[in-house]
Amino acid sequence: MKNKYSIFSLIKNAFSYHENWGKAWKDPVPKKEYDAVIIGGGGHGLATAYYLAKKHNMKNIAVVEKGWIGGGNTGRNTTIIRSNYLWDASAGLYDHALKLWEGLSQEINYNVMFSQRGVMNLAHNLQDIRDLKRRTHANRLNGIDAVYLSTEEVKKFCPIINTSPNIRYPVLGGTLQRRAGTARHDAVAWGYARGADEMGVDIIQNCEVKGIKRNGDEVEGIETTKGFIKTKKVGVVAAGHSSVLANMAGLRLPLESKPLQALVSEPVKPIIDTVVMSNAVHAYVSQSDKGELVIGAGTDDYVSYSQKGSHDIVEGTLNAILELYPIFSRMRMLRQWGGIVDICPDASPIISKTTVKGLYFNCGWGTGGFKATPGSGDLFAHTIANDEPHKLNAAFNLNRFVSGDLVDEHGAAAVAH
Amino acid sequence: MFLITCPFCGEREQSEFKAGGEAHIIRPKQPTELSDDEWAEYLFMRKNIKGVQLERWNHANGCRKWFNAVRDTNNDEIKAIYKMGEKPPSI
Repeated sequence: MKNKYSIFSLIKNAFSYHENWGKAWKDPVPKKEYDAVIIGGGGHGLATAYYLAKKHNMKNIAVVEKGWIGGGNTGRNTTIIRSNYLWDASAGLYDHALKLWEGLSQEINYNVMFSQRGVMNLAHNLQDIRDLKRRTHANRLNGIDAVYLSTEEVKKFCPIINTSPNIRYPVLGGTLQRRAGTARHDAVAWGYARGADEMGVDIIQNCEVKGIKRNGDEVEGIETTKGFIKTKKVGVVAAGHSSVLANMAGLRLPLESKPLQALVSEPVKPIIDTVVMSNAVHAYVSQSDKGELVIGAGTDDYVSYSQKGSHDIVEGTLNAILELYPIFSRMRMLRQWGGIVDICPDASPIISKTTVKGLYFNCGWGTGGFKATPGSGDLFAHTIANDEPHKLNAAFNLNRFVSGDLVDEHGAAAVAH
Repeated sequence: MFLITCPFCGEREQSEFKAGGEAHIIRPKQPTELSDDEWAEYLFMRKNIKGVQLERWNHANGCRKWFNAVRDTNNDEIKAIYKMGEKPPSI
């Protein structure tokens, strides 16, 4: 690797005031033809390109991105990583991703700041307790670490939670996945981009796709703002805009794109050293390394591409946060933003071939795609390279909406989607 | 966050309403004769338009009546409101 990052390169560059670091990736002009083109330069798209080049030796490929890499949902999520899903298919998918996260910084020589600080999910009523206990057992049977905690154990693990029995939705218990945690979202996109670029992948930014050209049932290429690019394989990883791209190819997807909001507070000293999620009151919070509380709100229920959500959604989340953590009552919020998430009817993703030969979709991650970034890229690369799904993403095909074999994680996963 | 003019109650905040998704999806007249592909199309496949979309809304925290709206999903601007059973206005 020509620009290997290490303590030695850091010292060496310190002598020239860090002004001579090489570029992490190039800014190429698109070629006329590629073996494959990935549409979407977010974490998932860049990871797909990285694994296509690395594991499947496909190096004459490109990633085209409408804006700048990592500027969509990769840069807008709350960076939570966990694999405590109920169903076997989901457990396999998300734990594959978690295992890749565990070695990612070393593999791509880029610090993604993966921090296994644990994710705790709270129970607030009897049905929550039953669901969480059932999920703990299911997780363990799938080899995923999970423990059930009593109210006292919840309080011990995160002392600032209000466990009084007198609040509106008292904390009756919880689950803990210790291997879960957070990572630095930008670093994931940048690290994969640098790794893919190193192997010869063209990363083309500010290049919007305007059309997908078909010759009968085969893909011929894509029309972009930087001209026509010929290719036999197109992998679409466009999150909220997946339906827009599907329409260009004359397909329909079972997706609805909705705004999802998040917000951060002013930075404070370390106060919460884990991730706490609550399904029933819909509030989740962690603390970034800069000291900001990172808070995720819910989705609005209408279709929108505006990247703006409603105030009442944020208000509801903050009400819940304040009841659970009275210590935050005088804290000020610094920023609030929205992203557009593509939600499947069963709240599970699609990593699949389509009826058009050479056209593949990786979409439907809804509100929880960040955690899957490495696994999603790896499995999508396998699907594109072999024209067949890997056994871990076979269940996440597009045909499940015809066969009825859904992977219903609505409410079954650790949070409602 | 935006305002919606309920055809029965007038202008109210969007948070009073429940979105009912894509409008004019016709319920199959002979469900027993539908193929799996047709069921998937009816139940799951959606246009999910980026632009002007026809959709259903319910004034859930108001008169609880259903109606249709023409809305631009780029900026949430509502172009027109029309009642259930009516044909969409041409925009």
